[in-house]
Amino acid sequence: MDTVIANGLKKNYNFFTALDGVSFSIKRGEVFGLLGPNGAGKTTTIRILSGLLKPSFGKALIMGNDVVSKPVEVKKSIGVVPETSNLYPELTCFDNLVFAGRLYGMKLEKVKIKADELVALFGLKEKRNVLFSKLSSGMKRRLTMAASLIHEPPVLFLDEPTTGLDVMSARNLREIIQSLKQKGITILLTTHYIEEADRLCDRIAIIVKGRIIVIDTPEALKKSVSTVNASLEDAFVEITGLQSELMFQEKEGGR
Amino acid sequence: MKDALRAAFFIALKDMKTYYFKPPNISWGILFPFVFVLAFYLRNPVDFLPLVPGLLSLSLLFGTTSMETIVITFERMTGAMERLMLYPVSTLTILVGKIAGGALFGISVTMILLLGLFFIFPLNVSNLLLFSASIIISSAAFSALGAFVSVAVKQVFEAQTLANFFRFPMIFLSGVFIPVSALPPSLRPVAYAMPLTYSVDSLKASFGYQPEIMHPAASLVVLLLFTVVFLALSVKIMKGRMS
Repeated sequence: MDTVIANGLKKNYNFFTALDGVSFSIKRGEVFGLLGPNGAGKTTTIRILSGLLKPSFGKALIMGNDVVSKPVEVKKSIGVVPETSNLYPELTCFDNLVFAGRLYGMKLEKVKIKADELVALFGLKEKRNVLFSKLSSGMKRRLTMAASLIHEPPVLFLDEPTTGLDVMSARNLREIIQSLKQKGITILLTTHYIEEADRLCDRIAIIVKGRIIVIDTPEALKKSVSTVNASLEDAFVEITGLQSELMFQEKEGGR
Repeated sequence: MKDALRAAFFIALKDMKTYYFKPPNISWGILFPFVFVLAFYLRNPVDFLPLVPGLLSLSLLFGTTSMETIVITFERMTGAMERLMLYPVSTLTILVGKIAGGALFGISVTMILLLGLFFIFPLNVSNLLLFSASIIISSAAFSALGAFVSVAVKQVFEAQTLANFFRFPMIFLSGVFIPVSALPPSLRPVAYAMPLTYSVDSLKASFGYQPEIMHPAASLVVLLLFTVVFLALSVKIMKGRMS
């Protein structure tokens, strides 16, 4: 069963096209990577799927609910870790999680138990009563991910979750993503770290200038390029470079 | 509906905990109206008492809008507002929560001011129900104005500038110091377009003074209309940003 479906998503801002007909679907329990250069449309895709932005055209369904017409149902079924760790600086780790749980309609007793579980799972037990503003970047990232899991969503959107983290924090987060995958959570992951995508993702979509140019497994992507024994990075560079050139020629030819 | 009100309550509670009821904000929030009151008392101690309802309205106006414009604009800048929008709550619910937080802060500050005044002056609230309704509905209207100002701009300083654009004419034209009937005829329509006018008028009535504009119940209805209009405009602007 497809848990996430994006069908012909377009997003236009006046004269700029951020997304140009993005389509893909993600199966239950799959980790789906969205790779692309800066400004390719990865975050815009996640913002549309999260109900934060309305698409200009196209349709997106999460667990069968339309993101535009049923935003509340969609938001109940997803957890989102945005690019920036945007929890409340003046609340403690525990209070941030409790606040998130309460807005998902959870009962206070249940949310307190869940918050303590997550604080422990993400290695923040000692920081339970520390203000969010006093945490390191890695800890902030972990708590942001914990907050996105407080209501036990079946779908998780991770927008560059390990960007800016030190080696150990990034490794720790990747291990958590692996464990979430094993629990059957469907994950959409955007990242700049190709190796991370290679290790974590079942399938990868490469997006360039608002268009998805290929969707396949990491192994198939490596085999699809001309380089012998190509790494995923080689494949990414070859695919995105070639496609950017083709798009440029297409635009030039259209003038 | 119940879930939405519950969520709005948690948002208001969070705002009070994280922003409003921090010691510097409380002391600033109380100090400002006290200085205001003291200045007018020292200027004219004899005719001071009739000014009290208007000064309480001013305290509500500044108490609600000052911090609220900073809070909402700050949360929009830091991405915390976007975080709120990721939860399964509507834009209306988020703004109702924000407005409730601002209104409660304004009411708290004004009540502290009123308690202080009760100790010093022979004040008499002749209609407690009207007084309570005026305080609550006025603070909701002013807080909704604060929300409207905050969602219409991008930066904190822009919010303060726009808020002052609304607030300062109100100080002079809404019957706090000069009765609306004593204003030049050309300025009276401006006074009637300001929520503070109706707040001052209904609060004056609750202290036993003759209402100047209309029946106090009608003033409260107008204040409710201001609340609904500012709230609706704020929701529309917020939703517009999503498209």
